Amino acid sequence: MDDLIVVIQLIINGLQIGLLYALIAIGLTLIWGVMDIINFAHGEFLVIAMYIGYGTYAFWGICPILSLPAALLILGILGWLVYRFAIARVLKSENLLSQIVVTFGVSVFLQNLLLFLFSGDYRSIASDPWIKGNVTVNQLNMNIPELVISILSLLVILVIHLFINKTKTGKAILATALDRETAQLMGINTDRMNQLTFVLGIACLSISGILLPITTHVSPYSGFLFAVLAFTIVALGGFGSVLGTIIAGIIIGEVQSFGGFLVEPSYKYLCVFLLYLFVLVIRPRGLFGW
Amino acid sequence: MKTRLRDLMLFFLLGVFLLIYPFVFTQAFYQHIMIMVFMYGLLAISWDIMGGYANLFSFGQSAFFGIGAYVSTLLFLHWEITPWLGMVAGGFASGVVGIIISYPTARLKGHYFAIATLAFLFVVQIVLENWKFVGGAQGLTLPLTEQSSFWKFQFRESKIPYYYIMLFLLGLGFLLAKGTLNSRVGYYLRALRESQEVAQSLGVNTAKYRLMAIALSGFLSALAGTFYAQYVLYIDPSSVISLNLSVEVVLISVFGGCGTIYGPLIGTVILIPLTNLIRASLGGAGRGIAYMVFGGIIILICVLQPDGLIKLFERSKKAVRERYDVT
Repeated sequence: MDDLIVVIQLIINGLQIGLLYALIAIGLTLIWGVMDIINFAHGEFLVIAMYIGYGTYAFWGICPILSLPAALLILGILGWLVYRFAIARVLKSENLLSQIVVTFGVSVFLQNLLLFLFSGDYRSIASDPWIKGNVTVNQLNMNIPELVISILSLLVILVIHLFINKTKTGKAILATALDRETAQLMGINTDRMNQLTFVLGIACLSISGILLPITTHVSPYSGFLFAVLAFTIVALGGFGSVLGTIIAGIIIGEVQSFGGFLVEPSYKYLCVFLLYLFVLVIRPRGLFGW
Repeated sequence: MKTRLRDLMLFFLLGVFLLIYPFVFTQAFYQHIMIMVFMYGLLAISWDIMGGYANLFSFGQSAFFGIGAYVSTLLFLHWEITPWLGMVAGGFASGVVGIIISYPTARLKGHYFAIATLAFLFVVQIVLENWKFVGGAQGLTLPLTEQSSFWKFQFRESKIPYYYIMLFLLGLGFLLAKGTLNSRVGYYLRALRESQEVAQSLGVNTAKYRLMAIALSGFLSALAGTFYAQYVLYIDPSSVISLNLSVEVVLISVFGGCGTIYGPLIGTVILIPLTNLIRASLGGAGRGIAYMVFGGIIILICVLQPDGLIKLFERSKKAVRERYDVT
């Protein structure tokens, strides 16, 4: 009976973390699907959102969720700037290496800007006024901040899914991802779709980003691990596949949760990366890639 | 013929400059910068063999670097084996690891390969952080010797021996890379870069040459790793196997223009002194600013001249030649 409880607890933990990862990775997948670019600066954008959330708490002592409009706006504008002044130009050059490297340049720039502004100190929200505490249901323990983050992640993923599949603009994005030339012939402004996707992909980081300082700490380097996990999720699920990303996110979350329990906590990420390298041997294009 | 003579003259002058440099710039700081230039230069060359020639964009170069540093340090600490032999052993160990990882990644291209190398980097880092035998997260410290010793690869009085050793390693790496890439292997690698499918259909054993590129690249990076361990005398997983180091190497090479061997060297010569000087002149806050400039430069080069700085040189060289022909 106790074993069962442990297993269920591990599954729940894995699911929670997996949904968070999936939300971080979904922006990457969209950007990749539409413009064949990996945004290596994804982690840094997430960290910016984390600082916004932390700053809201540190200055006004209010729950970071209230900073959501500001975070959406700031990340949206940043995403737009990066797209207009870097990505759009690099896309024209058709040089694969510069397309890979330009976002690395953005990443190095942003990370060190954050280091310059906020120093390398670790910061975290000690006790949030609203989102705090634990719930216990049938011996199953759940940390409320983690629960809230994962439920919100699920909601945002659903909204993005509906937006892409049900609205006219979403379908235009999908069309651009499937076949750029034909989409252009059908009168879709593909440059605008790129821009929209990039801004959307960055902005959806703000929801998880502002709440993360409650469960973990923020420093200019916090983005690394999240970003690398997000890259593995995207590659595991198959680049450009939204469904693949969600499933891969949950798989990675579960592997991390069970790996940490069965092997050793410090090896949990090792399990994740080894699983990924193993899948590569069998399916180089990921589980749902084509 | 005339241009060949001029190239030789240039090479000669450059060689003389590099040889007398530590006696002209006697301050340790300037010697240190040059040593870093050589070290990053070797890393950039080794990256270029994979990234520039075989189109394998690796972000795991510092894993090779770290393996080199760890192998020689461990051999010395446990069995008192001279770091010189350790360097060779580290090089081969790294080459073997390169060969091993080239199997699971054999079918990967472009972005997929880049991400696989990231995962590889983290695997190596996590293993070293948790493995007690290799010092775990605390890292390893090399004991100081009583006095300078060539055999033990430690020089206390000045940085000059380190300067010449690193210069020698860079020269060795350059010749090895140049030799390999000017041979048939180089042609095959370039064919592979243009189109793997076409190369394969013409009977080029692409897997074999891919593997050779990775092994050679790993070997050269590991040499730099051993040197670094002996130069700093302290290594830990987060300093030798960092993503930062890998990214720096990639960005330097791209800035200079990859696929040429010379390009990455040009990139190193410009960017490493620049970041070091900014850091030194600004002090504590300098680190952030130095790398902001670095990141900004990379964005600019990608946007304005994606083929790297060397294209600008080539273009102006061509322009000069055409002008000579006309007049």
